[in-house]
Formats: sequence, C-alpha cells, structure tokens
Amino acid sequence: MTEVTKNTYRAGLIDGVPIGLGYLSVSFTFGIMASSLGIPFGYTLLISMTNLTSAGQLAGIGVIAANGSYAEIALTQLIINLRYALMSLSLSQKLDKSFNIFHRLAVSFGITDEIFAVAAAKEHDVGTKYMYGLITIPYIGWSAGTALGALAGSILPELIRNALGIALYGMFIAIVVPPARKTPRLLVVVGAAAGLSCMIRYIPILSFISDGFSIIICTLAAALLGALLFPIDEGEKNAE
Amino acid sequence: MQNNIIIYILVMALVTYLTRMIPMALVKGKIESRFVKSFIYYVPYAVLSAMTIPAIFYSTADTLSAVVGFIAAIVVAFFGRSLLTVALSACGSVLICELVMKYLII
Repeated sequence: MTEVTKNTYRAGLIDGVPIGLGYLSVSFTFGIMASSLGIPFGYTLLISMTNLTSAGQLAGIGVIAANGSYAEIALTQLIINLRYALMSLSLSQKLDKSFNIFHRLAVSFGITDEIFAVAAAKEHDVGTKYMYGLITIPYIGWSAGTALGALAGSILPELIRNALGIALYGMFIAIVVPPARKTPRLLVVVGAAAGLSCMIRYIPILSFISDGFSIIICTLAAALLGALLFPIDEGEKNAE
Repeated sequence: MQNNIIIYILVMALVTYLTRMIPMALVKGKIESRFVKSFIYYVPYAVLSAMTIPAIFYSTADTLSAVVGFIAAIVVAFFGRSLLTVALSACGSVLICELVMKYLII
C-alpha cells in the first residue's frame, strides 16, 4: 500500500495531466487527417467532443469520407469500441458509494483507454469528484488538439510529431510494468495478450480480424486464462 | 458527401456512448464470484498489453526508433517512474534515434 486515492477534484486533475498532454498530439494528428479528408473544421471538432476515442474516430472519418452507410459506421464503432464495455464493467467494481445513476451516466461518457487505465490502477475505490477531475484535462486536451490540428494542418515538424506518436504507448507500459514486475502471474497474462495480438497481426489467415476485434479477442482470452490459472484471493488485490 | 454528416456523427457518438454507459449503469452491486472478479482484475493488464503490442512498433516513422522507444519505456517503467516520465523518456529516445538516423547515418 502506498498512496490512498483522495476523492478530490484536484487529485483527479493532477492525474489527468499526462493523459491530456498525450492526447494533444494524438488528437492533433486526428485533426490533420480529418481536414485532409475534407471534413469541415466545426464537424471535426464536434466528432472529438462527442466521441472522445482515438481509434473509433479515425475509423469513423474513414467511413464518412468513403460515404459509407449509417449501419456501417455504427457497426465499425461498435466493434472498435466494444472494449469500453469491458473497461466500464471492470470500473463499475471500483466506484465508491458517491456514484448514483446520474453520476454513472455522466462519468461513463469519459471512459477512454487511458482514463480507465489510471482509474483501474488506483488501489482503492474511486469517487465522483476524482473521476470528474480525471476526465477534465484529457477532454480539454483532446478537443484543443483536434482544433489545432484541423486549423493549422501541421505546426510541428514531422520529426517531433513522429516522436510524440509513441507517448500513449509509453504510458501504457508505465502502467503495466511496475505491477507485473512484482507479480509474476500478471506477466503471464500480459505475455499471453501480447503474443496473441502478434499472432493475429502476423499470421496471414488471421489478418482479416480488425484491430478493434483483435483487442477484444486478446483481452478476453488473456483475462480468462488469468482467471482460470490464477484466481485471485480476497483482499490480495489490494496488497500489490 | 450525400449522407448527412451530422447523422454520421450522432450515430458514432451514440454507439460509442452506449458501449461505455450500459455496463456502468447496469452493474451496481459488487460481483461476488471469484472467477468473475479474477477475470475483471486481469482485464486492464490484458487490454493495455494487446493495444501496445505490436502497435507500438508502428507508432513512429521507423521500426528501429520505435523499438528504441519501447525499450526505453520498459527500462524507465521498471524503476517505477511516473507515467509522464516514462512517456517522455520514450518520446525523447525516439527523437534522438531518428535524429541520429537522419543526420549521422546515410
């Protein structure tokens, strides 16, 4: 046990800063791509402010640019974003008593890979104030980055943009590695997910599986493996 | 564009929101099953791992710089540094690697 999660807006804001910074570069790229596909500035910004998801938005503007059907865009979003259902389910177990139905409806809008990851990594249950704080700066970063990207095309030199492309993955690694180092069975789960993900990507007969589906399959398989091989004991979770 | 872009955006936003909202709105009690609890405990690590590998190797201009950034992130994370430190270390390593490749080699 190290820190206790404080249920304050401020604590959430602070934890959201690195996510917001990471989002600036990703949404900046999204803004550039949307404008290059001919989507007007206002609509590009509206997509980011109503969706708040990287992979889904990128796929979405692809369907829009190709003039696909409404059913196609719905299905694309469902497949790519179904992982959020797993994350929301997982996070539903970490919400403290301050969460009524209204807060659940509001906070669930802000569940992204990174926000989920930071909240899930907390040792204790999270409260409403903390979650609203955690979502604030990433939301601003995501919207502002999109606007800048869509407006300015490319302000940053390509070299810097390339380097920023790895930022979010760096954050994921920062979340996974420290607990995996202390708990070897986590390494098995992490390794299984990574291995399966590579198989789907590189084995030709499996390459029809989209990125969104691949993440879902790998997550389900690796978490099932973990639950079957190493079921956790009561209270053990908090001792890590 | 023949289809209405506002409808596209509404459909996208609605589907995305529903995937996030339904489980959080419906699952209120604490789950008791040890199996389900274990499964949920492993989900974040599995999903982050699957999203990172192998996608991280395609996140920069060159696979080599991405591998360098990946290793830098693992090493810095191994010593338990903050999210921002690990992310910036990865970015810095990628930048240095690409500068070296661009101006020193060739």
